[in-house]
Amino acid sequence: MPEQSPGPAVSFAGVTKRYGDGAAVDGVTLDIAGGSFVALVGTSGSGKSTLLKTVNRLVVPDAGRVAIDGRDVADEPPARLRRRIGYVFQNVGLFPHLSVGDNIAMPLVLAGRRDPARVAAMLDLVELPRAFAGRMPAELSGGQRQRVGVARALAAEARLLLMDEPFGALDPVTREALAGAIRRLHADLSLTTIMVTHDMAEALLNATRVLVMQAGRIVADAAPAAMLAGEAGDAADALVAVPRAQAERLTAMTR
Amino acid sequence: MIDAFARVPALAAQHLLLAMAALALALLIALPLGVRAARAPRLAGVVLGTASLIQTIPSLALLALFYPVLLWVSSLVGGGVPALGFLPALLALTLYALLPIVRNLVTGFAALDPAVLEAADGIGMTPEQKLARVEAPLVLPIAMAGVRTAAVWTIGAATLSTTVGQPSLGDLIFAGLQTQAWALVIAGCVSSAALALGVDALLGLAERAAGRRQWRRVAAAGGVLLAATALASVPLWPRGGHDRTVTVGAKNFSEQYILARLIGDRLTRAGYTVRYRDGLGSAVAFGAVAGGDIDVYVDYAGTIWGAEMKRQDVVPRAQQLRAVAEWTRATHGVTLLGALGFENAYAFAMRGADARARGIATLDDLVPAAPRLALGADLEFLDRAEWAAIRRAYPLRFASTTPYSPTFMYRALESGRADVISAFSSDGRIAADGLTVLRDPKGAIPGYDAIVLIAPRRQGDTRFRAALAPLVGRIPVAAMRAANYRVDRDRDKQTPEAAAQWLAARVGLSSEE
Repeated sequence: MPEQSPGPAVSFAGVTKRYGDGAAVDGVTLDIAGGSFVALVGTSGSGKSTLLKTVNRLVVPDAGRVAIDGRDVADEPPARLRRRIGYVFQNVGLFPHLSVGDNIAMPLVLAGRRDPARVAAMLDLVELPRAFAGRMPAELSGGQRQRVGVARALAAEARLLLMDEPFGALDPVTREALAGAIRRLHADLSLTTIMVTHDMAEALLNATRVLVMQAGRIVADAAPAAMLAGEAGDAADALVAVPRAQAERLTAMTR
Repeated sequence: MIDAFARVPALAAQHLLLAMAALALALLIALPLGVRAARAPRLAGVVLGTASLIQTIPSLALLALFYPVLLWVSSLVGGGVPALGFLPALLALTLYALLPIVRNLVTGFAALDPAVLEAADGIGMTPEQKLARVEAPLVLPIAMAGVRTAAVWTIGAATLSTTVGQPSLGDLIFAGLQTQAWALVIAGCVSSAALALGVDALLGLAERAAGRRQWRRVAAAGGVLLAATALASVPLWPRGGHDRTVTVGAKNFSEQYILARLIGDRLTRAGYTVRYRDGLGSAVAFGAVAGGDIDVYVDYAGTIWGAEMKRQDVVPRAQQLRAVAEWTRATHGVTLLGALGFENAYAFAMRGADARARGIATLDDLVPAAPRLALGADLEFLDRAEWAAIRRAYPLRFASTTPYSPTFMYRALESGRADVISAFSSDGRIAADGLTVLRDPKGAIPGYDAIVLIAPRRQGDTRFRAALAPLVGRIPVAAMRAANYRVDRDRDKQTPEAAAQWLAARVGLSSEE
């Protein structure tokens, strides 16, 4: 894989989104460097998914501005913006009436490209047999489906990958395998990756930077090692305590 | 039975054409409406509510309602909008077909997996791309199920278009019900059901093929349906000598069918190509001749007098005829060719033995006995001005009044469910069943001379008038009663065609020329 320039930088400036009385996202200002793998951690309702979706305008903020490489995401039609951004989410949303190959090729079709070789290359990339191109989504397991979802998200050479609980519906073994695949993709393609998860262990093990959200605000921001060292504040410590305790109990059992 | 099926192909063609036209029009309206409603829940509520409301209107009433509506529209635009025939049937059936199509569209869109829609947005589809590439193919099976439901409903309801003067397989059913010719009823029902099943099967084939993305099969199934519909429209294409094609109208009872055939036979012999519009509602028949939808039919002086001229007074028969002729010509350009010679007036009839036992011979005698008697009336009688006029002259109060269709009214009298019926003076069953017709000493019942009415465009057609002129004054009530009875009797029934030939022979009209 040749050296590539890193994926785009993403910046949030005073981003706010209200639903009814409460603010789901409350004035978030944040810079994400190109090429980083950022995990957004928080309990449900903390606003992490909402914040993620302001990047590809699936959510339009009430105030503030989101920019990719300095360019406001509101400056172009949302469909065009989204074709440059890979989006993977828990329920995958494969098109049930299209074969795996046609699902992966859809972003290419939208871009006016016909490139059968690209579909095969994407299947290689997510470590699925090429013969899967002819299968229908209903014939796949949950993990296989999510791999196809990732392949589809990256088919049109997106350099920014947004993931909303990508492993949420998977069993632990599949989850670990897919997480490994994503880490390799992130590195090989020099992506900028933002992953939303409620699982602190998943965040610590995969990301290079972990952000903790609470009630619409970023309350902790640190590298995984610093977060484990207790340098990221109380909110982060509370979330880190759970996997740490689990790990310690597991270790104790082996003694 | 074979005779009954002989008329099926021509009627089935008209039937199919009408139903498919309504279905196509409904699709044209329902598709954009349904897609838009699927995105706007409030609009969906309004649209589905309205469509459901339309659905609760009995289809017969919905068809009939289009008659005054189209008359009104026609008067707004200065005439030219046909209020009878194809147009009202098309519009009513279209409204009927809307509900299942729109409902299934809205249901289909609502059932879409939100994750799939989010993915479509997420990979950068525009709303149009999302509709074409994701929503449409996924909603298609459910939408097609709605279209199939609509097709079956439309083909079924199209049988009712007979009542607004649009030929359909309903012609057979209505004629059969009136004359108790069950073979005709069966022929109409079986054919209509077969048509519905056939269209449903073709659409089902298209639906399954679309599900498997076998577009050639979809096209083939659609092609067969289109070809069948196009073939059905062939007889309607304009041809030369159109002026030689005449349409004879008939209301929905035996005497009308017989007289229409009597008239039609004479016109055929005079060189015309004759079509029949059977089963016209009483209210729409005069409109049909005035509007030129039919060329000729037989009505009754009292019907025009009351229903069209809104007269409630009772005058001598000859004076009434002159007034009706004057009025139809002046207001609608309709020619009253002449009276046939018999009356089909309202006549109160009782079982003969019962009338004698109670000592009832006149309407005056009926007044004191009425509170212990049940009245069976034909469907429209109780709402007619004649009934009001009769009650002004004779203060009749019955224990109960029940409307029946004419055939069942006689059955009710026979079985004792009714003691007095609003019979018709030319009815063959009066003599055959030994009924007593009560006299009208106060002259409260207006005259009901059978009259031949001719459409404005035939006014100057001398060959046409010459062919029908011999009928005037030629048919005595006894002959008409006998002819009616040949069709209405329970055993050894004759078709209206046969009865018409018998009647022509009886009055000496068949051997000339």
